[in-house]
Amino acid sequence: MFAILRDLFRYKREFRVGAILTMFIAVFASLSFVSPYPPQDQFVVQPDLPPSWAYWFGTTSRGQDVFWQLSFAIRNTMLFGLAVAILSRIISIAIGMWSGYMGGFVDRVLMSINDTFIVIPLFPLLVLFYFVMRDKMSWPLLALAMALLGWAYDARLIRSLALSLKMREFTQQSVFSGMRTSEIVLQEHLPYVLPIVFYTTMNNMNWSVGLEVTLSVLGFTNIDTPTIGVMIYWANQHTALVAGIWWWIFFPVLFVVILFIGLFLLAISMNEYIDPRSRLARMGGMHG
Amino acid sequence: MSAAPALQANVASERALTVSNLRAYYQTKYFGISREVRAVDGVSLVIDRDEIYGLAGESSCGKTTLVKTIVRAIRPPLNVIDGSVSFRFAGCEHDIYTLGEAELTGLRWKHLSYILQGSMNVLNPVRRVRESFIDFAYRHIKRPMPEFLRFVENHLARLRLDPAVLDNFPHELSGGMRQRVTIALASVCRPDFIVADEPTTALDVVVQKDVLGLLREVQREIRSSMILVTHDIGVHANVTDRLGVMYAGRLVEEGRTVEVIRSSRHPYTAHLVSSLPRIGDATQKKGLEGSPPNLAAPPPGCRFHPRCPLAMDVCRKEHPPMVVVAAEHRVACWATAPP
Amino acid sequence: MSALLDVDHVGMTYVAGGLLARRVVRAVDNVSLRLEAGKPEILAVIGESGSGKTTLARMILNLAKPTDGAIRFLGNDVTRIHGGRARMDFMRQVQPIFQNPFEAFNPLKRLDRYLFMSARRFANARGGEIEARADKALHQVGLSLAEVKGRFPHEMSGGQLQRIAIARALISSPSLIVADEPVSMVDASLRMSIVNLFKSLRDELKVSIVYITHDLATAYYISDRVLIMQRGRAVESGVARDVLANPQHCYSRLLRESVLSPDDAGKSFMLANATPAHRSQEDAKSGSET
Repeated sequence: MFAILRDLFRYKREFRVGAILTMFIAVFASLSFVSPYPPQDQFVVQPDLPPSWAYWFGTTSRGQDVFWQLSFAIRNTMLFGLAVAILSRIISIAIGMWSGYMGGFVDRVLMSINDTFIVIPLFPLLVLFYFVMRDKMSWPLLALAMALLGWAYDARLIRSLALSLKMREFTQQSVFSGMRTSEIVLQEHLPYVLPIVFYTTMNNMNWSVGLEVTLSVLGFTNIDTPTIGVMIYWANQHTALVAGIWWWIFFPVLFVVILFIGLFLLAISMNEYIDPRSRLARMGGMHG
Repeated sequence: MSAAPALQANVASERALTVSNLRAYYQTKYFGISREVRAVDGVSLVIDRDEIYGLAGESSCGKTTLVKTIVRAIRPPLNVIDGSVSFRFAGCEHDIYTLGEAELTGLRWKHLSYILQGSMNVLNPVRRVRESFIDFAYRHIKRPMPEFLRFVENHLARLRLDPAVLDNFPHELSGGMRQRVTIALASVCRPDFIVADEPTTALDVVVQKDVLGLLREVQREIRSSMILVTHDIGVHANVTDRLGVMYAGRLVEEGRTVEVIRSSRHPYTAHLVSSLPRIGDATQKKGLEGSPPNLAAPPPGCRFHPRCPLAMDVCRKEHPPMVVVAAEHRVACWATAPP
Repeated sequence: MSALLDVDHVGMTYVAGGLLARRVVRAVDNVSLRLEAGKPEILAVIGESGSGKTTLARMILNLAKPTDGAIRFLGNDVTRIHGGRARMDFMRQVQPIFQNPFEAFNPLKRLDRYLFMSARRFANARGGEIEARADKALHQVGLSLAEVKGRFPHEMSGGQLQRIAIARALISSPSLIVADEPVSMVDASLRMSIVNLFKSLRDELKVSIVYITHDLATAYYISDRVLIMQRGRAVESGVARDVLANPQHCYSRLLRESVLSPDDAGKSFMLANATPAHRSQEDAKSGSET
């Protein structure tokens, strides 16, 4: 595994840049553990100070240091995105591969459910969710809700891959070697599905982070825990842009953009490496 | 329909293609692993006007790479390392690798056309056959459109193809029909040189005979030179005038098809021909030991030596030169054709 | 005395095309053949694309269900095989060989995996016995476990891969092998050793083989009996040497004449005799082989 990462880092510029950007964000997020101020506290420093040597990113109208607030914010946002991505991957792989391999009735039922989920408008649903939950709304709950809504596109993608794999001769060979269905799906087909899964994970993270920011900016989440969206929400509440406190908005936005770009670059560069065809080319099996 | 006219034409004919010591390698460098596959390693041959030259050999012997290199249809990581390819059209020589883009486009299809492997699928699936003809040939036949179309219809009729096929989309035609259309397409401008790479491999036996007949008719009508690449010796026996056998990127034997098949001098050719089962022949046939070499790390000396029943010491060290053993018959073998 | 394989007036009809253009295709039409138990032989099924030969093979392997007629293996209807155990017992006896040796194995996995899995599941081998079984099967095809262990498919040639596929099929000691164009994608210099291998499977290991091919020459060389198919129907069958040397049906004769032999070199070119009549016949706009 290490060798793969080292190779990628050395030879692929996209991976290098993506890795550096994401690492940077991750390191910054981990700074939150040594923050001198607890995230919820307000008025711990003088408010509305522009960026300076004392306060690198300035301070907010609520008397918080933007630097430390941001470290919490980006940490929570990243963890949120990761949680949603992992949960929804598990659902989409399970449904996509099972549906693709079994075919027939199982396939039709699962895909009908799948298509229903694709068509559902997510945003109004999540807003409704907030209004129903109100005070009981928490981040794990929101993550679960989004995971349950965000698997549908990718399940279909995985299913189409599973369908084409089913047709290939080595699948029949495995059947006639006595392999059980679960073994075939997990051991023979999964390596082919993983590159797509990886790419969709990054995509999903970007999607969930984007949706979280949207909801938070509009105030439809738990606004006590700092995340990128929540920071922007509070900035808007205090009409920061009008008041000239640009640094309160600028730095969160900058960091979330860096995170997006980093993840995207990682996704596309990693994908090429894990892709079975390029793996084969590297192993030397060019049947031309 | 005898072979005599072709023979006579050869005696007084001129060179159409000269390939000189051609080397083309796949050079890849990927994640720090560099690999050089010597697909074509020093091939020299000569083809005259009005003859069909066959190239035989198994998969990964380099024959497809050779013809792609000859028509300059290659691109990195396949690079020409050494040698030259020179055509003779309309009385003057053209070194195909020194031509510019514009000249090359002028040459293609008018003087040099090709039917590459899997070309049944080369027709654009969303355009009718007529439009494919217009795309490929119109710029070379400088006549107004209605006249051009009539010209195409006549060409098809001469090849005994129903001109109504022009209205079809490729997917409406069977594989054999598509291949015939591709042949008509490649010959419509009456080029001096046609390259056909495995034109009948994916076709049924009955259709194959018909398509090969069409190919021969086309060649006879426009008197062009042709390279026919296929691994099927039976096809070579029935269609080609001369035959070159390739093994692991090199030409090992070459001569008139009858000679090469009836009196093969190279052990590989001899085995290839004798191991083919024939209807009516129930004698035991044997396969060759070992397998074709990996062209990224070929064996030293003669590349066939690990599998050759006649291998000697010198075969393991040095590559045998091509030696003329009879009229137009060349062999590269230390054992059967010592220089 | 029950037959090893009894294909009894089998047919397969399916409907192709969507809502707007439905087409009823009769892939296999009333085909019968019979292989006796205890008398191993090679039966060649010859046909071109669209003849239904691959569909027939799939039905024999229980990968597709016939719409009419029945296929019986050792007296039991193949379509009535349900449940894991029954299916495993069936697969133990009937094994396939596929056309494309490069696709037969997962390119990302090692080759010995399939051999070991077959040994474990079909031969009930445990521990060291698994490798012994695999080695024995590989020796039967002229290879050894030392050469194959730990290797990936791309490291071997087409001929070697096909041999490994045959070895894998032999591990369960089957009584019937269904080989679908097993040598069409193998290099010419390696082809005859695989074909000879089939002969020895019949003679030494007493395995019957249904050998599907479009190549009349190899069919002549190794088969005992022959069945020629055209557009789903069986047009001629009988002893291989007789049928192929002296075909009676006009389609069989057409096939025979179309074979291009290297012995024709130097004879006057026969190819210019193809007439447009032939073309309109074969080139009916039919679907490809299913």
